[in-house]
Amino acid sequence: MKLPQLSVFLENRPGSLAEPLKLLAAADINLVSISLADTEQFGILRLVLKEWERAKAVLEQDGWVANVSDVVAVDVDDQPGGLVHMLSVLAEAGINIEYMYAFALRRNYKAVLLFRFEDPDAAIEVLKAANISIVQEADMY
Amino acid sequence: MLKELWNDAAGGFHPVSAPDFLPEKQLREVQLRRLKAVVTRAYERVPLFRHRLEERGLTPESIQSLADIARLPFTVKADLRDTYPFGLFASPMTDVVRLHASSGTTGKPIVVAYTREDVDVWAEVMTRTLAACGLHRGDIVQNAFGYGLFTGGLGAHYGAETLGATVIPISGGNTDRQIMVLRDFGVTAICATPSYFMHLAEKALEMGVDLKDMPLRVGVFGAEPWSDAMRARIEADTGIQAFDIYGLSEIIGPGVASECAQHDGLHVFEDHFYPEIIDPETGEPLPDGTEGELVLTTLSKKAMPMIRYRTRDITAILPERCGCGRTIRRIRRIGRRSDDMFIIRGVNVYPSQVEAALLNVEGTLPHYQIILTREHGLDQMSVEVEVTPEVFSDKVRALEEVRSRLAHAIEHILGIRVGLRLVGPHAIPRSEGKAKRVIDRRNDS
Ligand SMILES: [Zn+2]
Repeated sequence: MKLPQLSVFLENRPGSLAEPLKLLAAADINLVSISLADTEQFGILRLVLKEWERAKAVLEQDGWVANVSDVVAVDVDDQPGGLVHMLSVLAEAGINIEYMYAFALRRNYKAVLLFRFEDPDAAIEVLKAANISIVQEADMY
Repeated sequence: MLKELWNDAAGGFHPVSAPDFLPEKQLREVQLRRLKAVVTRAYERVPLFRHRLEERGLTPESIQSLADIARLPFTVKADLRDTYPFGLFASPMTDVVRLHASSGTTGKPIVVAYTREDVDVWAEVMTRTLAACGLHRGDIVQNAFGYGLFTGGLGAHYGAETLGATVIPISGGNTDRQIMVLRDFGVTAICATPSYFMHLAEKALEMGVDLKDMPLRVGVFGAEPWSDAMRARIEADTGIQAFDIYGLSEIIGPGVASECAQHDGLHVFEDHFYPEIIDPETGEPLPDGTEGELVLTTLSKKAMPMIRYRTRDITAILPERCGCGRTIRRIRRIGRRSDDMFIIRGVNVYPSQVEAALLNVEGTLPHYQIILTREHGLDQMSVEVEVTPEVFSDKVRALEEVRSRLAHAIEHILGIRVGLRLVGPHAIPRSEGKAKRVIDRRNDS
């Protein structure tokens, strides 16, 4: 299953990460995961959250630039052979990974990997065929 | 039949626009008669001008045709500063009913004067301007040009009143109040600098006021160069029709030239302001259709005639007849001023070149600012560009690619290396008046 991920443009300056997070906290919006990709010049804040539509509206209302992309969550602990096996399955099928990051699900402390694929639908097909279990939306939030 | 063509406005033809449609032969006769009179007046009353004619062995009788204007010396902005405050006046102070002045960001301000007749001509050309923009009696005009020493506010005010429209003399600034008035008073037309209107439209949206739902129909924009991309953005975001108008205090203020509903160049009110295009390097006159510096001569001004005033604005005269039927000639929209140009590492750069590059890559023009610095004795140019939802991506590589494509596009046009920084939305200060595109910090340290 594809999950919506909210990305926010940040300038690389002190305090720029805190501002959107404060804004979401003030709107009583809970986050499932936070990841930050940053370069010398700018950063991209990536959020997975249940109320992503409301969060996007809240951020845009305040002047932040945000977009939504699909990511795929995989429960690594469940995989026979673990991460290495999974990556080789994807590589053999020629699936491109744009980026990935890990986080722990709060409800059962399981480690989950989030993948941003160039083609998420093709990736899901390949993972399913290899019996690699994909975390469903309902288990995430 | 002709009246059909004149019918710019829903309210019908305003008789004040009649000179816009003068047959060409008659127009040239009027211009020559007025040119002779204004040269005589300046020769008799302005010592600087008389001295310059004498130096060249010329007298007012040297003007026998419109082409003879090219024999006359130019007037430049420095002449106004050097004769500060009243040295170029051709009327005694008893006949002067109004003074305006430019804000003196560089040295002394320049002072301009009007007799009663001059104020009437000004009201007339501004009425013709607003009529060409489709305004008429019954329109509610929010005049957000600054009132005061700046000519914009009062110029538009007199024009709108003469037209019979309802004027709200709100002046510039206090954007929250502007939005309230615009909404509550049922404003149908607004006069402003384009950058201020964009600021106002953004603020309105943030306040939950969608200008598309308002009766606002027309925007009359001037006092700074603005691109076609900016017009497209304004029109798409607010649902209004945006008109470009042109003027400068030295000549009269706003009311020198205006777009019509064709939006294909600006008609110069050339029965009062005679346009020429010259080569800015050599001063030689250039034929219609060729790009160069606009030079204007005030044909009917009494208090302060300007003979061949060099505007520093780069444009071309469009000789073809306009689809609206007006016979007065048009100038192309002014994209750049020879004044805006800055020199970096020996290269002449216009902000409009940077704009063209940004526009090419993004499709619309983002907010940007050019910053010039000096590091270890070497000039550096960097451009800050606000990230828009259209170019933003969750992938670092994609954003880096946008950054380098923007940088390359600029470097390709200018031929020099530039730094390019993506900044957050609203990171670049929005001015309430004119847009500040270039920040020069080279002499700060
Ligand atoms: Zn026209």
